[in-house]
Amino acid sequence: MSFFSDKALKELDEIKKRYPTRRAAALPALYVAQKEFGWLSPEAIDAVARHLTLPPAVVKGTATFYSMYKHRQVGRHLIQVCTNVSCMIFGAENLLGLLEEKYGVTPGGTSPDGRFSLVIMECIGACDKAPAMLVDEDFHSDLTRNGIINILESYK
Amino acid sequence: MEYLLRNIDSPNSAEITEYEKAGGYEGLKKALKIDPKDLIELVKKSGLRGRGGAGFPTGMKWMFASADPKFPKYLVCNADEGEPGTFKDRPILEKNPHLLIEGMAISAHALKSEKGYIYLRGEYPYAKTVLEKAIAQAYKRGYLGADILGSGIKFDLSVHQGAGAYICGEETALIDSIEGRRGQPRIKPPFPVSVGLFGKPTIVNNVETLSNLPFIVEVGAEAYSKIGNPECPGNKLFCISGHVAKPGVYELPMGTTLRDIIYGHAGGIKNGKALKAVIPGGISTPVFPPDKLDCPMDFVSVPKFGSMLGSGAVIVFDETTCLVRVTWRALKFFEHESCGKCTPCREGTGWLRTVLERIENGQGRPGDVELLEDISKNIAGKTLCPLGDGAASVVMNFIKHFRGEFEGHLKGGCTFNAPEFRQA
Ligand SMILES: Cc1cc2nc3c(=O)[nH]c(=O)nc-3n(C[C@H](O)[C@H](O)[C@H](O)COP(=O)(O)O)c2cc1C
Ligand code: FES
Repeated sequence: MSFFSDKALKELDEIKKRYPTRRAAALPALYVAQKEFGWLSPEAIDAVARHLTLPPAVVKGTATFYSMYKHRQVGRHLIQVCTNVSCMIFGAENLLGLLEEKYGVTPGGTSPDGRFSLVIMECIGACDKAPAMLVDEDFHSDLTRNGIINILESYK
Repeated sequence: MEYLLRNIDSPNSAEITEYEKAGGYEGLKKALKIDPKDLIELVKKSGLRGRGGAGFPTGMKWMFASADPKFPKYLVCNADEGEPGTFKDRPILEKNPHLLIEGMAISAHALKSEKGYIYLRGEYPYAKTVLEKAIAQAYKRGYLGADILGSGIKFDLSVHQGAGAYICGEETALIDSIEGRRGQPRIKPPFPVSVGLFGKPTIVNNVETLSNLPFIVEVGAEAYSKIGNPECPGNKLFCISGHVAKPGVYELPMGTTLRDIIYGHAGGIKNGKALKAVIPGGISTPVFPPDKLDCPMDFVSVPKFGSMLGSGAVIVFDETTCLVRVTWRALKFFEHESCGKCTPCREGTGWLRTVLERIENGQGRPGDVELLEDISKNIAGKTLCPLGDGAASVVMNFIKHFRGEFEGHLKGGCTFNAPEFRQA
């Protein structure tokens, strides 16, 4: 019995072909599980472990090392704001206050309406257009006070 | 002449047809006719050095890997690009992916490797889409796969997506991460060229390094070795951020001076302000005061001026910047990214951040600057990988060049204005 949808199972089969060991499929399989379950819940970890026939503790141990997996339930959209040096000197930290004011979301948390979760990022490779953020999988840069709100308003 | 960013302004630069039209994959065709041994010799003669940070001679690394009798051999492209301030590999990954794929196919032939991975940072989801599409196109045209262009040579390539851990840019941590483990650096030796991915000989090279290969094969070792500084030739991608008028990625010959990069190419300091400090090679490299601008930017010259070329990430600070705050933010990064394996790094980066934080907040104590130096000395040289050294040398060098600013903070905290919102 499997906890994955047929589509996910097909994806997992493709992934496993790329590696000579089962364990090497863990990182990509965790991404698949995250998509299926919404976050890396204990069930999601378990599903990956069973699928790759690895002990759940091994899978969990690997997963928790990496900060970009969703280790908690998150809102509909994930805002990832870079505050590293090149962004900091262009006021990235001010953006955090603005987001709290406007949406009631603080770093590590989710807005009360479940719309946005917020995390602080290290450099995301857009330093020439600082400050920068990722919303879900989209890059946004040159963020100004009004600009960031206009962008976020398009994420419902 | 640009050969790394050639053509990237065209809207379809990532398409294989567009790349072929501009002469793409000709280098691979030529390379397939060259014996692997001679190809390695060519790379050695070209003088190419790795662009991932350390500047290790690529031909030498290849020779070690090729001398190892074990098979299979793995070729891994390091596209983790995590060093803060660095965004130089991104234009290749997003706009010129076939240059990298061609470079990897050439390298694979030289190294007799039949399997390659591109370790791509999780923060670049768009690059993943572009790369996977480009790889599929390359398979279709026979540049990858079981029988490349009818030569009988085999090379399979796939993307392995990281998940937000800076340390996975370090090559042995990267290998662990592909194997499905927590990314923690291994003790060396053995080096990856003999015991690497899945215990096999493994060559890890940076995106930009591998992207030099098609051009080297095209023009030959001798012509290549005459570009820039003969001791480490070729073009280099410099990424400039901070207080300059025109931040961005510039492809310039190795040895271009820092002054020329900042004032000649990046338009000088923004809004007519004065320059205060420059980080020449990414956050982990020692800061320069303004009197070092004549430093030629290459792997041999920058150390003579007291820093490192690193990833070629130039970060510029104007007179309004609080450097204590910059140092604090850098250490917050190192604390967050320490993998936790070595005690001096795991504990020390946290202590440094704590002391810097209280200095910046006006709660510094007499002797705190000396305390920072003492902690740094106890990290440097006592860790398995260079992350700890980097953290220590950031603190030591900011203090060395700007001691007055740190001590000034001890008497009443920070007097700089906090950075304001960006104006459009
Ligand atoms: C903490 C740390 C982070 C690193 N991050 C990267 C990186 O993001 N990209 C990269 O190419 N090399 C990185 N390196 C260097 C790699 O370990 C390795 O030297 C490099 O990928 C070799 O490729 P090259 O010879 O082509 O430069 C890092 C090293 C350390 C110690
Ligand atoms: S420092 Fe923010 S994107 Fe690089």
